[in-house]
Amino acid sequence: MKPAPFEYHAPSTVADTLGLLAEHADECKVLAGGQSLVPMLALRLTRFEHLIDLNRVDELFGLSRANGTLTIGAMTRQRAVERDPMVAAATPLLARAVPFIGHTQIRNRGTIGGSIAHADPASELPAVVLALGGELEVASAGGTRRVPAEGFFEGMWTTCMRDDELLVAVHVPVWEGRCGFAFAEVARRSGDFALAGVAAAVELGNDGSVQRVALGLLGMGSTAVRATAAEDALIGRAPAAPELDEVAQLSVADLDPPDDIHATSAYRLRVGAHLVRQALGIALEEAGTGQERET
Amino acid sequence: MSEHAISVTVNGSTRRGRVEARRTLADFLREDCALTGTHLGCEHGVCGACTVLLDGEAARSCLMFAVQADGRDVVTVEGLSPDDGTLSPVQEAFRAEHGLQCGFCTPGFIVTVTALLAENPEPSDAEIREGISGNLCRCTGYQGIINAVRRASGRAVS
Repeated sequence: MKPAPFEYHAPSTVADTLGLLAEHADECKVLAGGQSLVPMLALRLTRFEHLIDLNRVDELFGLSRANGTLTIGAMTRQRAVERDPMVAAATPLLARAVPFIGHTQIRNRGTIGGSIAHADPASELPAVVLALGGELEVASAGGTRRVPAEGFFEGMWTTCMRDDELLVAVHVPVWEGRCGFAFAEVARRSGDFALAGVAAAVELGNDGSVQRVALGLLGMGSTAVRATAAEDALIGRAPAAPELDEVAQLSVADLDPPDDIHATSAYRLRVGAHLVRQALGIALEEAGTGQERET
Repeated sequence: MSEHAISVTVNGSTRRGRVEARRTLADFLREDCALTGTHLGCEHGVCGACTVLLDGEAARSCLMFAVQADGRDVVTVEGLSPDDGTLSPVQEAFRAEHGLQCGFCTPGFIVTVTALLAENPEPSDAEIREGISGNLCRCTGYQGIINAVRRASGRAVS
């Protein structure tokens, strides 16, 4: 047994979970899929007096689509999202990003909410929800609030959630119209954390110019980040290849990615710009050649 | 610290035990159930040697606590071969294609490949490589393992 001792709680409702969170606040951690938390416990990088297991809270599982939004229960397994045809139809970017998370065995246990709440800057889902303009539904014994993704991630492994709050659902808007999406990342081995990556979404107007665009970068800072300057440079234009090269450079211009044993900061910048160029090309082509997305 | 009474279906039999909350499923299987076919390599979710089937799906038993498996169905490598001691088709293919050398990683590969083929009986080479990417082997160089999966899926092996 490698983790330090802890008290184990297995509530079956969100209400009971929030009660336990209120009671134990800063001495506890919620256990979702465990694919990041359990290694950290095993290596004793962290320890908690109480673990609150969410795996028996049925109301946190499942997917639904209504009013232009895909809602994903926080405990929905990554593998379930990967397999769901509704996700592929409603949010192709999410469907394309999920297979990059770890390996099959990891995604069988790993959850959508767990990955987002863990907020690793090199993980895929924060960049996807940030790019698509998602909202995170957070509950505590005191009530529920919805936080836009751009205000949710505060730093490495840090979100705006208080100790007594629980991520209960992820709301992802369905992009309708002439849209295209691409997800690209570079990792040393399949399933490793990405050195750099990008989640790209574009929507074209009737004249073929860019009406809406989102670029969510991962591995390029202490949180997932939007490349807003590059996005602004694309709006209203029908960019050709040389302009896309410039936009790709612009997307990483203000960034200072980490320097570590896996890659230097300069290398991450080069890879990041290259991936943005690649993803934009794919997303623009898909939007340009695709049919109007069914709504 | 808390202790919990659990009841887990392991390879078709009900196993009851009293476990400390921090006891991993892998330790429960190896030490309380004496099923030492499930191997522990890294114990933090990287190597895949401890892969078991949890309700039919491949999962790392070092990243779960035994208490979480209460009421669930677990199959280990011991549960994949018939009772008469013969090998499963996947095990037979690993033997035929030299899909192992020292054998330490093999239980995890066998369980992973069994789940892969149950979901996708005719994987392409790319799907095979992706499917076993969560298991590490330090001996074979993987080619024998890939050939074994090809053979187990009924394909000709070059």
